Amino acid sequence: MASSAAATAQPLDRTRARRRAAWRRRRLVLLLMAPWLIGFSAFFGYPLVMSVYLSFTHYDLLSSPKWIGTANYRYLFTQDPQVGEAVKNTLWIIAVMVPLQVVFAFGVALMLARARRGVGFFRTIFYLPALAPPVAATLAFVYILNPATGPVNVLLKHLGIDGPLWFQSPSWSKPSLVLLGLWGVGNIMIIFLAAILDVPRHLYESAELDGAGPLQRLRWVTLPTISPVILFSVVIGVIAGLQYFTQAYVAANVASGQASQAGDQTVNNLGYPEASTLFYPVELYQHGFRYFNMGYASAMSVLLLVVAFTITVLIIRNSRRWVHYVGAAK
Amino acid sequence: MRRVGIGLLVALVLGAALVAATARNSATAGTSGAKVDNITIWVGWSAAELKAFKGVVAEYDSKHSDVTVKVVGGINDDKITAAIRSGKVPDVVSSFTSANVGSYCNSGAWIDLKPFLSKDKIDVNMFPKTSQYYTQYKGKRCALPLLADVYGFYYNKAMFKAAGLTSPPKTMSQLTSYAKKLTKKNSDGSIKVAGYNPFLGFYAGNAPDLSAYAPLFGAKYVDGSGKSVISKDPAWSKMLTWQKSLVDWYGYKKLQKFNAGAADEFSASHAFEIGKLAMMIDGEWRVAFIGREHPSLDYGTAPAPVDDAHPELYGAGYVNGTIIGIPKGVKHKDQAWALVKYLTTDSHALAIFSNGVRNVPTTKASLTSPDIKPDAHFKTFLKIFANPKSTTTPITAAGNAYGSLIQAFAVKWQAGHAGDLAKGLQKLDKQIDAQLKQAQAGGVP
Repeated sequence: MASSAAATAQPLDRTRARRRAAWRRRRLVLLLMAPWLIGFSAFFGYPLVMSVYLSFTHYDLLSSPKWIGTANYRYLFTQDPQVGEAVKNTLWIIAVMVPLQVVFAFGVALMLARARRGVGFFRTIFYLPALAPPVAATLAFVYILNPATGPVNVLLKHLGIDGPLWFQSPSWSKPSLVLLGLWGVGNIMIIFLAAILDVPRHLYESAELDGAGPLQRLRWVTLPTISPVILFSVVIGVIAGLQYFTQAYVAANVASGQASQAGDQTVNNLGYPEASTLFYPVELYQHGFRYFNMGYASAMSVLLLVVAFTITVLIIRNSRRWVHYVGAAK
Repeated sequence: MRRVGIGLLVALVLGAALVAATARNSATAGTSGAKVDNITIWVGWSAAELKAFKGVVAEYDSKHSDVTVKVVGGINDDKITAAIRSGKVPDVVSSFTSANVGSYCNSGAWIDLKPFLSKDKIDVNMFPKTSQYYTQYKGKRCALPLLADVYGFYYNKAMFKAAGLTSPPKTMSQLTSYAKKLTKKNSDGSIKVAGYNPFLGFYAGNAPDLSAYAPLFGAKYVDGSGKSVISKDPAWSKMLTWQKSLVDWYGYKKLQKFNAGAADEFSASHAFEIGKLAMMIDGEWRVAFIGREHPSLDYGTAPAPVDDAHPELYGAGYVNGTIIGIPKGVKHKDQAWALVKYLTTDSHALAIFSNGVRNVPTTKASLTSPDIKPDAHFKTFLKIFANPKSTTTPITAAGNAYGSLIQAFAVKWQAGHAGDLAKGLQKLDKQIDAQLKQAQAGGVP
């Protein structure tokens, strides 16, 4: 009897000991993760939850938030006359700038990967613009593309061409921002370059032995191998497009000729010219920090989060058809 | 025994600390005689204007030995709001954006000044009606005016003489005809000198929300119930039609190129100051800029021309101004009020500050103060400010958000992208009403 009791007690002890060990392990993991968990909760989790709550309130930053149900969302979807324009501009910049940036960065990286001489010099030159702060870069572009005094139009005039109005024209302001985006494409370019240089040589050799020409090698070897990097660039580009703010803010203020400091509410140039650079985050900023309409700005930010999440999920789902991971089972 | 020893030691240390603190306090009290409070005021001015303001405050300091005032410049409304939210507020705050007075008064973020005004028997009628209006919201007065910006007309006398013009235009049709006479073009057809540049967005006088033009046409923004009446008041369509016809005369693209080549409005190369613009509407501050940057410029100032059908409006103009108040949670309320009172109601203080920054002093008495430095150009703006027909933009629950909607329509209109004017203005009214309703959602304010 005594021996059978001891026999049942032993596995119980073992189970307890295993549980204790498992708990100790979990505790250690939690302890090691604590700095991240605290940071994530304080700077991401809390603001996110608060934004969702505030989106259902009227909140002017100065009085306590007042619950108003879905009124902010109703205004956002049915009445706000400027949000439609802001959405259109944001979609335009995503649809045009992101593909162009990816193609341009890939093209430059491809050329740099093939360069035989001055490799270091050219890599530095093409990467350098990415180091320029966005505000400084935008100021420089507005100056260079000034329709009356900028060097680009002066040069075009010498060639007998009447240059466009660039940042002063609603048709040219977004293309001008795209040019600025392409100029500063160094970060994506350097990732593409690393990926291209990482493509195994033997794949190219096998393809060459099979009679594949340069274009076929690009299509069937380079692109599939670097497809995870293309996916990464597209996702990052789309998210950056949804959050496009600094360049639009600076360009509008400077090009309008009435530059104002951040927070200065005496002049309103956001979106200049003719709301063509009024992107969704610019409109959100305007409501939150110019009109102290933080409840409505929160509703806008919640919508932005939902859209960013949905687009990212769609891209990733769609990517299963064209992204190949080396060594992954198909 | 050991515990008793530690207890004695702690008691000894605490006792010594108490004695030392008492001794220090009595020494301080003995040397200063009276308690001196440090109070802080936040203002938006910077550089030379801040220096002038500090001069006014220094004079106050010298007259009040019980306080020392610290001035912090370069402040905007974001910083003011953040401070109020954090609870760490300065004693006095001022803002360039009078449109935000609705938020400040209604939320209680700036305290009600009525008890202080009553206690000191200050009648707000000492300020012109316009300044009274933009310092309160729905009867709650949480601010007072501290100098005003007044818009008037500037014209280049030398260019007038060369074109055979003898006096500034008084009506919009005169302005149009003078503008055409005074405009000079380059051989390629581009604009060399603009007689008058009506392009919305070109310098402050052409603010795209049309604020500087509205008083010149007698245009009303809202009716008695607060509903937007832009499509119903014919002044707006008249104003926009006049403005677009002059833009079209120049050519939209030509004006844009001219604007792009014109220097920043706060630089010494301002188009009017260097002779590239013959006439303009601008604020009174330009007098000081010209005096500093181009003292030999031969120019004149006058009230801006008005709608031909309303000559009685001549002499009026757009008025806006800096507002000053006391944030909630302030530590030295009485001292803060004493400073606000001095800065806003003392004719001498207003006059010397006005002399320093060449903004318009904001009490009726200070407009004729002997301390105001005489200047014929500046005098024009004192008269416009005192004119009972001068107006400002409405103070609403949505701040100046309605201005953005007017601007969005007006800039499209001048570019020829707005379609039918009447329908566009009707749509604008609906948008403004919906925006105000949204800003008042939940019964706030």
